[in-house]
Order: sequence, then C-alpha cells, then structure tokens
Amino acid sequence: MIDLWFGIIAFLWTGYFVLEGFDFGVGLLAPFVSRDGDEQRQSLQTIGPVWDGNEVWLITAVGAMFAAFPAWYAGVFSAFYVPVVLVLVGLIMRGVGLEWRGKVTNPVWCDLGIVVGSALPAFLWGAVFANLVLGSALAAVVGGLFTLALCVLHGAVFLALRTDGPVRRRARVAALASGAVTLPLAAVALSGLAFGGGATGTATGTALDARSIPALAAMAALAAAVALIWRRREGWAFAATATAIALTSASVFAELRVAPLDGLTLAEAASGPYTMTMLTWIGLIALPFVLLYQGWTYWVFRKRVSLVH
Amino acid sequence: MDALDLARWQFGVTTVYHFLFVPLTIGLGVFVAGLQTAWHRTGKEHYLRLTKFFGKLFLINFAMGVVTGIVQEFQFGMNWSEYSTFVGDVFGAPLALEALLAFFMESTFLGLWIFGWDRLPKRVHLACIWAAAIGSNLSAYFILAANAWMKHPVGYEVVDGRARMTDLWAVLTNSTALAQVPHVIGAAFIVAGGFVLAVSGYWLLRTKADMWRGAARAALVMTALAGVVVAGSGDVSGKLAHEQQPMKLAAAEGLERDTAGAGFTVVPGVEIPKLLSFLSAGDFDATVQGTEDLQRRYEERFGPGDYRPDPVVVFWSYRVMIGFGLATVGLSVLGLWLTRRRRDLPPWLARLFVLALPLPLLAVTAGWLLSEIGRQPWTVTGELLTAASVSPGVSLTEVAVSLTIFTLLYGGLAVAEAVLLTRHVRKGPEESEPAPAAEKLEPSLMY
Repeated sequence: MIDLWFGIIAFLWTGYFVLEGFDFGVGLLAPFVSRDGDEQRQSLQTIGPVWDGNEVWLITAVGAMFAAFPAWYAGVFSAFYVPVVLVLVGLIMRGVGLEWRGKVTNPVWCDLGIVVGSALPAFLWGAVFANLVLGSALAAVVGGLFTLALCVLHGAVFLALRTDGPVRRRARVAALASGAVTLPLAAVALSGLAFGGGATGTATGTALDARSIPALAAMAALAAAVALIWRRREGWAFAATATAIALTSASVFAELRVAPLDGLTLAEAASGPYTMTMLTWIGLIALPFVLLYQGWTYWVFRKRVSLVH
Repeated sequence: MDALDLARWQFGVTTVYHFLFVPLTIGLGVFVAGLQTAWHRTGKEHYLRLTKFFGKLFLINFAMGVVTGIVQEFQFGMNWSEYSTFVGDVFGAPLALEALLAFFMESTFLGLWIFGWDRLPKRVHLACIWAAAIGSNLSAYFILAANAWMKHPVGYEVVDGRARMTDLWAVLTNSTALAQVPHVIGAAFIVAGGFVLAVSGYWLLRTKADMWRGAARAALVMTALAGVVVAGSGDVSGKLAHEQQPMKLAAAEGLERDTAGAGFTVVPGVEIPKLLSFLSAGDFDATVQGTEDLQRRYEERFGPGDYRPDPVVVFWSYRVMIGFGLATVGLSVLGLWLTRRRRDLPPWLARLFVLALPLPLLAVTAGWLLSEIGRQPWTVTGELLTAASVSPGVSLTEVAVSLTIFTLLYGGLAVAEAVLLTRHVRKGPEESEPAPAAEKLEPSLMY
C-alpha cells in the first residue's frame, strides 16, 4: 500500500511537471517570441484553456502527500520553507497575470508577473527536489537551472507545435537555443542524479544501479528532442521533452522512495491502511474521469492557434 | 511575539483574505450559469450580455480565489507541521478528495467555458459553466468537512500520538459539517447576491434598461432564499455548538457561569430572557454552560491551562455576523416587496443596494473569526492545542518574512482587483455583438 501510494504521488508530481512544465516555458517565452500584443496573445492562448487544470495536478499531488504521508508532507514543506513561499508567490503572480491580462488596459504588469511567476517555480521546484535528493546547495542551484532550462525548452517545443506563423518560427529557434543550454546542464544534473543519488547514505553511492536508468534515458530523450526540433518534427520533439521530464521525475522519485527526507522513512510517514484503502478506491473511480475530460480539453483545442486579423 | 503568534497571524490573514473571493466564486458561478441557461432557454439577447458581463467579473474574482487557495494547501505543512503530522491521516483525505473530485472539474471546465464559446456546441458550452460551478460548490463541501473535523473530531482513534481514520463516512457526514455546509454556501450566495445587487443598483441609477431590473430581481430572490438557508442552518449550528463546542457558545454570549434559562444578549445591556437556552437546546429552561465553569471542568480534564478563547473577538464577531447578515437579507426582502408585480424599483433602494456588497463580506469574515477563534486554544478540539501544532523547525524570521511578503502582495492585489472590478462594472456590458469574426468575439474573456 505504501508503494502504491508513493507511486500515485510520483505519478501526480510527474504529471504536474510535464504539464505545467510547458505552461512555465510558454509563460517565460511569450514576450520573447512575440513582436506585438496580438502575437503575445496568440502565444499565451496555447496554454489559456489548460494551465489552470494543469496546476490542479500540483494541488492533487500535495493533497495526496498530506493524506497518505502526513509526516513527509509536513517535513518537506516546513524544511523548504522559504523556497516554497517563493514558489507560491510565483504561482500567485502568474495566475493573476494570466487571468487578468485580457482585462486590463495595459498588460505590462501582468506580463511581468507571468514571466517572473513562471521562472520562480520552474527554477525552485528543481532546486528543492535536487536538494532533497542530493542534499547540497550546489546540487540545488544546478538542479534549479536545469529544470528552468528544461521548462523553457519544453515550452518552446510546445509553442512551435501549437502555433503557426512567425511565432512558430521563433519558437523553433528558441527551442534550439534553449536546447543548447539544456543539454550541458542536463549532463551535469542528470549524471549527478544517476550516480550521486541517496545523499542520506542509503543509496549505492557512485555505482550505476537500476535507479540510474531513468536519468540516463532522460538524457537520451533530451538529445532526441533537440534533433527532432531541428528536423521540424514538432510533435515528436514534444513527446521527447515530455518523456525527458517524466524520466527525470521518475528518477528523482526513485531516489526519494529510499530516502524521502532526512531522518524519515516512508513507512514512518505513512497514514494507516484504512485511509489508504479508502482513497485508493475513490481515486481508482475518479482518476479515469479526470484524465478523460482533461484529455478532451486538449482535443477540443487541438487546432494550432493562429493570429486573428 | 514568537513564531507561533506570527504563524497564527499569517494563517488568519491569508485565510480571511482567501475567503473574500471564495464566496463570490461559489455564488456568482451559479448565477452566471443561471443567466446563460436563461439565454439558452429564451434566446433573449440581454441574457447573453449579462452572462458575459457578470462572467467577466466572475473571472477577475476567480483568479484571486484560486491563487490564494494554493497558499492554504501548502501552509498546513509549512507552518503547522506538528498539526499536519497529527491529523493528516484524517484531515488530508478530504483535501485530497477536494483536489481530485472538485478542483479538476472546476478549473478544467472553466477553461473550456472561457475559450470554448465558438468551439463547443451551445449545449455543451452551457454544461461547462455548470460543471465549473458545481465543482466550486463541491470543493466547499470537502474543505468544510475537513474544517468541521477540527471542531468536532469524529471517525478516528489516536494511535502512537497520531489520529488514525477509522470511518471516512463519519468524517464526511459529520453533523458539524452537515450544518456548516449549507450555512457557508448559503452565505456565499448572499455575498454573490449582494454583489449583483450593488452592480445592478449602480446601473439602475443610470439607465432604465429592463435587464438591470431583471438582474436585481434575480439577485433579490437568490439572497432572500439563501437567507432562509443560512438562518436555518445557523440555528442547527448553534444547537450543535451547545453540545459539541460549549466554550465557543459561552464566549459568543459572554456567559460566564452555567445558567438555567439563560437569556440572549443582543448587545451588552439588552437581553431577551431565556432565549439563549431555547436557541441552544429547544427548551426555555435548559442549562447553558458558562466560560468560567467550563474552564474549571476543562482544567480537571485536560490539565492546567487557559481553555477560553478571546472573549471580545468571539462576542463581537458573532454580533457582526448576525447583524450584517440579517441586514443584507432584510434588504433583499424589502426589495422583493417593493418591486412586486412589476412595480418600479425606487432610486433610493438602488442606492441602498451598494451596501449589499460590503455588509455580507463583513458578515462572512466575522463568521469565520467566530468559528475559528472560538475554537481556540485547540486546533483539534480536545485533542491538539494550537501551541503544539506549529512547525518546530520554522524560525521567527522565516515566518516574519513570509507574513510580510504575503501581506504586501495580497494588499497590492486587493487594490488591483478592486480597481479592475470597478472599471469593468462602470464599462457595463458590451453592446450586442456582430455575428462574424468568431475568434474576436471574446477578447475580454480570454487573454
């Protein structure tokens, strides 16, 4: 039961990173791939109908942590107090900026909020999780920069996939440029994850083990993504960046399974079997519907977003 | 001043602030859905214009409810780690269910509604706003079930110093929750009704357009009906408090000693004999416990300590809640009477409608102060003290920094929201739109 719920929480966080990853990237890139207000609206409309639903993956992941592993939830968020405050500030600024920018006379403040509010969580989630797994300030900085770059790349590919016209062209250039930054960072961050995981001394140190595989595969997926966007295969490139994020997240959670937090094991942190059983049943019934209607949203808005003249 | 005090202030500030936007989301969502349904049924243009007008105001407000709500979910773990560890097994479940069953529905279908005007068949598009509105209301149910458990814990046992859930159904059908849900949701509809009244009142003073009279009438009906629900469920809540949270009831009444046939203090000095006993137990001669006698009994039961909540805040918030709430509902009943059988709405009444915006917001704020400060010194009544709930590892400096950041950010956003809402209210609904250029139809609802 503990493994099942840890797996569900890992799945929810992974879904959050994959989905919000491109929201953050689009938010960061919108002012830079757009030449005027119309193009900026075009860029942001690619995430318009979906970003709020994507964010609920985070709310659900955190809610599931609270319900299934209360001591872990409490430990992580009180230990990383200041970074989490800044993440929240970012999410507030971004959310308000996105919702309000069409309703104000001059959206410059909203746009600033969207950029800063996308950058903060994109960097800080990486920093928090890198620190959680590797336990050093350096790892936090590298991890944060890596996820920031990864989100930009993911968002650029998403923009190239979901728009047409000049924005699509510039998004491809942005994807290639951010790919050039992401790949070296990935080499450092992912090899750190693959070889140095388990800072609490429970993992195997420098040796390769089964838990290293997803990190190495993530690297391969990233390289493939850059190659694919070069060859203008935007759909496949997006699949590759999504896979890279999912594998990175899987690798992080594989480490956390062993060492969720200093001085804490999952078994100690866990709720009782009754709570987990009840939540499992409800989750099993509800989650397919959620996936179905969220998937349907993407289907409804599958058309490339064009400029309106 | 220590980290505990600041953590309490932060929770108070962020929660009260969050709940300024939430009731409007809950009530206005349903109101907008109702308007769109009316348009769908009748095909009358002005319903569509009102749908989009109030829809825009709804969205401006919705954004604030969402972003301030995220803070809440993290704050338990950040500032109240001891509490979270103790209660997570029970308290976490409704929160997880809220996200899974309510928030996904609310945000996904709202996204579809905002961007789907010309992509979805009309009927499906209408269903989207209803799904979003139902999601909002459902989320209120789950969070209130969690909140009710803090006041009246049920369906659990304490094992190794942590609460363990034994009965999810008992948690979800907690009598406290079942009384609180209609009370809070009803109050939310009064807030939303008051908001619509204030906006309609503003426009009724400037135009004779029939649609504003219609909007005001609809809001009057909504507010009056919600008033009945709030009063009824409030009465049940009072009786439950008599059994489950006698200290809160005693503090709300300023009753110090156990009293048979206790009177109801309207304001200090004005007392209706025996009414408190009747309201609490349905019997004019029933005994209502007093704060000092309860304090003595609690010390015997739980050991030394002060088990009385802040008497001034609890006493006055109770009166503000009832007074301002009743004033709003009274205004709506008066409005319904004056506008009966197609009578014109007098201008002085339209002017008075402006009051319907602040009054219910103050009432719900006071209601939460009564509810949560009245629960002190406990986070979980009889099980866990607030002082023992705070995160031990979070320093005074950290909380001071976050409290400052949130206060400043929230303050700035409150001003921005007020300016934005005012501007869009003044602008009024868009004129009837031309049929073509579908993509350009909704610039203001979209980004």
